[in-house]
Amino acid sequence: MKRLLRNFAFTAGLLLTLVLVFVALAAPLLAPHDPNVQDTSRRLEAPSKAHPLGLDDLGRDVLSRIFFGARVSLRVGFSVVLLASIIGVTLGSIAGYFGGFADLIVMRICDILLSFPGILLAIALVAVLGPSLNNVILALVVTAWVGYARLVRGQVLKVREMEYVTAAKAMGARSPRVIILHVLPNIINPVIVMATLGLGGVILAEAALSFLGLGVQPPTPSWGSMLTAGRRYLGLANHLAIFPGAAIMLAVMGLNFLGDGLIDALDPKYRKLMR
Amino acid sequence: MIPITLGILTLIFSLIHLIPGDPAVQIAGEGARPEDVANIRKSLGLDQPLWKQYVSYITSLARGDLGRSFRTNESVAKEIGARYPATMQLAFGSMLVALMVAFPLGIISAIYRNSWIDNVARFFALIGVSMPSFWFGPLLIIAFAINRQWFPVSGREEGLKSLVLPSITMGLALAAILTRMIRVSLADELGQLYVTTAIAKGVSRAKAIFRHALKNALIPVITILALQFGSLLTGAIITEQIFSWPGLGRLLIQSITTRDYPQVQASILVIALTYIMVNFISDLLYGIVDPRIKLQ
Repeated sequence: MKRLLRNFAFTAGLLLTLVLVFVALAAPLLAPHDPNVQDTSRRLEAPSKAHPLGLDDLGRDVLSRIFFGARVSLRVGFSVVLLASIIGVTLGSIAGYFGGFADLIVMRICDILLSFPGILLAIALVAVLGPSLNNVILALVVTAWVGYARLVRGQVLKVREMEYVTAAKAMGARSPRVIILHVLPNIINPVIVMATLGLGGVILAEAALSFLGLGVQPPTPSWGSMLTAGRRYLGLANHLAIFPGAAIMLAVMGLNFLGDGLIDALDPKYRKLMR
Repeated sequence: MIPITLGILTLIFSLIHLIPGDPAVQIAGEGARPEDVANIRKSLGLDQPLWKQYVSYITSLARGDLGRSFRTNESVAKEIGARYPATMQLAFGSMLVALMVAFPLGIISAIYRNSWIDNVARFFALIGVSMPSFWFGPLLIIAFAINRQWFPVSGREEGLKSLVLPSITMGLALAAILTRMIRVSLADELGQLYVTTAIAKGVSRAKAIFRHALKNALIPVITILALQFGSLLTGAIITEQIFSWPGLGRLLIQSITTRDYPQVQASILVIALTYIMVNFISDLLYGIVDPRIKLQ
């Protein structure tokens, strides 16, 4: 841990991420105003003492909406990364451990999904399923699990030839036991790194979908949809576009720093695996 | 490439069947007349068995028939044909911006590793990768279209002038990736013995860098460039939305909003196929640039 904290990228990333998580968890306590209370007589008001980041097109406090928006971003981020890694690790280890037909099927599905631009697939899925928080999570999981599956398959292929796996098998352990107790603990580090690096990407993708009007629906505050509203008032109320965008960038930068630092600290060879 | 293309076609074909409930009812809208729903069902072929729908989808595609728009009742291919050049123009514009920034910056930071200019380039690369285009675009509009009226806020009417801000918006991330790639790749080559040999034999340092090392350093850069061209096509979906650029991406989002599913399916198909084609060409190009790969 000491070695990790000496790494500048990791420490900066950790601090930014901790702030993000704290803001998301404590949003109701930190937010100076109710994020959904409208005051149309004061719409587009510039930043002031009472409203440090100004008011939006419906007269709602921008700072409070950014605080609550962090909840949406993190909820989508964590849900997608968790679900995608569970699916990817399961399918990847089955493909890698058993090989043969299972491997062929999983890898061909991966090839097709990888040859399709991720965000386009997510847009297509949300377009047919309808825009909502859960559908955004589903669409992003469908595109994200592939990376984990490929990573895990490659790792399992190496680990399954190790002597301790042969020993476990020789002692009569069944395949699920071998995979869960002997294979997975030895391949989990790169998965953690990929999940950390992936979190930033997922938050960015959610913001992009919301920006296109395909994400979280009003009045729930989301950074991406706040930017869409901001774009309409460029020149009139620039604060509407500047602050939510800055929040997205800081969050993504923090998570990227954290992931990068984690790679350098754990094992630089992971960088190759993440490609 | 053929199995992947078939896979993509199947994926796009199945999209319409993923619509929750009866797709025809969903498309016609709640409270639509039964005959309208029946018409939609018939025009989409949803009244046929699934395998027949699939075969007719593939055969129509082979004939170049992408279907008819619900909104305009025109061939969707026509609308796509009208929008395609705008997206390509934007993609090439962004690539030009990226190359113009990344080459000098990457080369200089590889030559002067760990100097202040290298640090500036690395910081730029970091910002470029983390900055979402849907934030960078509006910032450029505020700075260069509203505060200083050098470029138009949106649209494509003013020719090259209209292209500048969207290209910079989309090119930034690519420039950042390329800068990093060129730096690492060239720095690697500069440490190779053949560069030292060339210099020892009297070749000037500049010539050793540009004629010998850079040529070899370009191999991975070309691959990244071609792969990233594909991502420019998807990046265009967002950038076109920011700048109201009349391309394929904007058409896709407009069709989603108006639930014009044939148009949605066709737009996704064309973007995905272009993406696959670009990747395929990049594989071929890779063999030409580095003949060792062909030998393998």
